[in-house]
Amino acid sequence: MYKIAVIGDYDSIYGFATLGLSICPVKTPEEARDKLRQLAGGKYGIIYITEAAAAEIKDEIAEYQEQTMPAIIQIPGVSGNTGAGVEGVKKTVEQAVGSDILFAEE
Amino acid sequence: MAATQVNPTRMELTRLKKKRITAIRGHKLLKDKRDELMRQYLDLVRENMEVRKRVEAGILSANKNFVIAKAGMSEAALKTALMAPKQEINLVPGEANVMSVNIPTFEYKTRTADENDIYSYGFAFTSSDLDGAVKSLADILPDMIRLAECEKACQLMAAEIEKTRRRVNALEHVIIPETETNIKYITMKLDENERSTQIRLMKVKDMMLEEAHGYSEK
Repeated sequence: MYKIAVIGDYDSIYGFATLGLSICPVKTPEEARDKLRQLAGGKYGIIYITEAAAAEIKDEIAEYQEQTMPAIIQIPGVSGNTGAGVEGVKKTVEQAVGSDILFAEE
Repeated sequence: MAATQVNPTRMELTRLKKKRITAIRGHKLLKDKRDELMRQYLDLVRENMEVRKRVEAGILSANKNFVIAKAGMSEAALKTALMAPKQEINLVPGEANVMSVNIPTFEYKTRTADENDIYSYGFAFTSSDLDGAVKSLADILPDMIRLAECEKACQLMAAEIEKTRRRVNALEHVIIPETETNIKYITMKLDENERSTQIRLMKVKDMMLEEAHGYSEK
């Protein structure tokens, strides 16, 4: 049985605890990196990570991109939406099609 | 002539002809695979974008609610209220196969069936804003799970499409033309050899006739 985890600064993620998701508050990029590695090796199917935390450890996240599990998904944190999540979707379109033909005008 | 050295033998010719047939068949299959992957991918990525926008808007408003809730209570009280969650979510992972790309599917089960179990605190000492905040977050959870499914599938499919496209191009522009030039080279070389053998034989016959009977065709 898999679980869902949320990584990010405490203020952005504490609400998810009530839903039954495991929350992992981190303060520094190193902490986030360690936590991500630990969670990805464990029984976690989905790992949500705040865009702010993800921005610091992009290389680590890219490593898991080609694996079926876990799915690492960026979500906006309390500090606001940086657009990194949408950017990620656009990037996959670029990778697949060659250029962003779907969301270029947005 | 091809860049690589090929032996102009019949055996090589047969091998290359077989290779060409396989390459053409592989090319056709891969092209079909790419097209179908692309079709499914485009549908999926549109949904992905839609769900992502919905989730981001949902999280934004939930965060706002939490800030308001936090303003109405002390930090310690809030932490205590959320310290021991009642609800727990278990993911039942599955795998779907889309054109030989394994994409994960997630089904989730909550530990208790009662949806009110998301409130892990007594209502007496917490602000009512907190209830709303928790509820708003709970409402977007199904979308968040769907987003994880979609986004992961999109990433995996995009990688597969890229790989397939490279293979199609390599076959179309390198392997097939190369094999064809090699085949042409060998056929021409063999024809040439045959012609020269023919001429040699004719010459030898002439010489033998002349020697035996003093007879010349000319």
